[in-house]
Amino acid sequence: MAINVKVMDRPINEVSYVRATLSGLALTLKHMVDPHKVTLQYPDEKWDISPRWRGTHRMLTTEDGKAKCVACGLCPTVCPANCIKLVPGEDETGNRYPLVFEIDEFRCIFCGYCQEVCPEEAIHMGRHYENAEFNRARFVYDLERLTAQTHPVSDLWDPADPRGE
Amino acid sequence: MLDQSQLDLPFLPFLLATIVKMIAMVTLYMVSVAYTTFAERKISAWIQDRHGPNRVGPMGLFQVLADGVKNFTKEESMPGGVNKPMFILAPALAFVPALLAWAVIPFAAPMPTPWGRVDMVVADMPIGFLFTLAITSLGVYGIVLAGWASNNKYALLGGLRASAQMVSYEISMGMATVCVLLIAGNVSLTKIIDQQVFMGWNVLLLSVASFLFLVAAFAETNRVPFDLPEAESELIAGYHSEYSAMKFSMFPISEYANMITASGMFVTLFFGGWDIPFTSWDNFGPFTVGKFIATFAMFVAKVIFFVFFYIWIRWTLPRFRYDQLMSLGWKIMLPTALAYVVIVASAILGLDMAGVQRGSWPFLLSMMGINVVLFVILFMILDRGRLVSPAASRLDRARLQHLRAQAPGRATLNPKEIR
Repeated sequence: MAINVKVMDRPINEVSYVRATLSGLALTLKHMVDPHKVTLQYPDEKWDISPRWRGTHRMLTTEDGKAKCVACGLCPTVCPANCIKLVPGEDETGNRYPLVFEIDEFRCIFCGYCQEVCPEEAIHMGRHYENAEFNRARFVYDLERLTAQTHPVSDLWDPADPRGE
Repeated sequence: MLDQSQLDLPFLPFLLATIVKMIAMVTLYMVSVAYTTFAERKISAWIQDRHGPNRVGPMGLFQVLADGVKNFTKEESMPGGVNKPMFILAPALAFVPALLAWAVIPFAAPMPTPWGRVDMVVADMPIGFLFTLAITSLGVYGIVLAGWASNNKYALLGGLRASAQMVSYEISMGMATVCVLLIAGNVSLTKIIDQQVFMGWNVLLLSVASFLFLVAAFAETNRVPFDLPEAESELIAGYHSEYSAMKFSMFPISEYANMITASGMFVTLFFGGWDIPFTSWDNFGPFTVGKFIATFAMFVAKVIFFVFFYIWIRWTLPRFRYDQLMSLGWKIMLPTALAYVVIVASAILGLDMAGVQRGSWPFLLSMMGINVVLFVILFMILDRGRLVSPAASRLDRARLQHLRAQAPGRATLNPKEIR
């Protein structure tokens, strides 16, 4: 016995190595022939994500394809990460609209406050997670990109259970 | 009566046949090694309730090609301070012995050709498994050199462990094969297969030796539960920590090659080689192409089973502690193997003196009886609490007595009581 090696004090009926080996082999064989596998074949199958999932943003549009945003400035104000850049503009009839609306998805912490605060239900968190890009600049989503997104939007809370209980 | 196709080959066709066999066997061997890595990944996945590689080609079968391309095109890094010639030589040295040892293993019944009978073994050496033992013991040099040349303490530790372990278990392995020599009276593997055809497989006649050989073969090939040289939780990756790309890839390749060779040796020595069980039509002349194909398929099936067994064991058992490894090798396997050699030798001598014909039913039954008794003694009585779990020593034995006295009716013991 080497120095300072702890001897496992197991009950004597559990220390038959051969029998333990055989029962272990039986267990692994059982799992091997078991057709039930736990792997999700990802690109082919996907999990159903929660309706409250908060992913990258999406700007909803009116019927004529324009962003619903009225450039009220609530979302850049409420945003704790300062990731929304908004420059408001006004057209000849006095309707406000965003000249520039950019969200830096790297800064975003996906808290969902922007969706919650939006009076026009324009900006939404998306139920979406496949966001890979080839360069960092692509992660600043401009207005065109935000309106072009088609993925479903987040509920933020379940109307039947608003407190998440 | 005998036509030309059943006679020995003349020299030139012999040379040609040998070259063809060499090329065929190396090709087959390399492909099997590649697909053994694939099988390992698949079986490990299934055992862990996963699917395993299934993206490249049908059922992932081309994964090995993808891996090969990947390994060839990766960057070969040369760490600072390595012993360059040794560093490059080591992967090759690890692989060559496995391939060499395969040369003497007969893999099928002889095949008739218009020029004569072709023996289905690359080199039918009269020294048989002595050659295999000698060559497989060279396998340790690749690993030790890799550990030494890497200029890395973990790699060196892995190499040292490998050398100690392989030297220890080689002795038990040799002792186990001595029993085969005793019963076959010959070291030539072709003759050993003939003997097994005549008497029945050695696994029945020499069960304990076959078990010892199997365990020693696991240790020789550095497979779990004896994979201390590359124990990733202790030594990063052991002896191949510093290797990259194809040089690294040579180590897994040599490991799998060793596995296949060890399975082939085990099958040949104890499971009748290419003999098809319960039949005798395949073992005697005149040999035909059909017999060649059937026996070859049988041999491949047996080897595949033992390669599977290797993988199965790997994903079942945990690794030994180093002192457990040494105590198992020196305190249990070696004495058992030595005692078994003595028992088998005296049994054979006794049966010979009693005038019992070798290979007759009384001979076989008495040999099997001895093995059954020894198996019961080893695995029902001696195994309890001694083989591995609490490493055996005089101090521990006292503690074990104490444990034994307390054992009935108690699921766990309070460690404080024992100290």
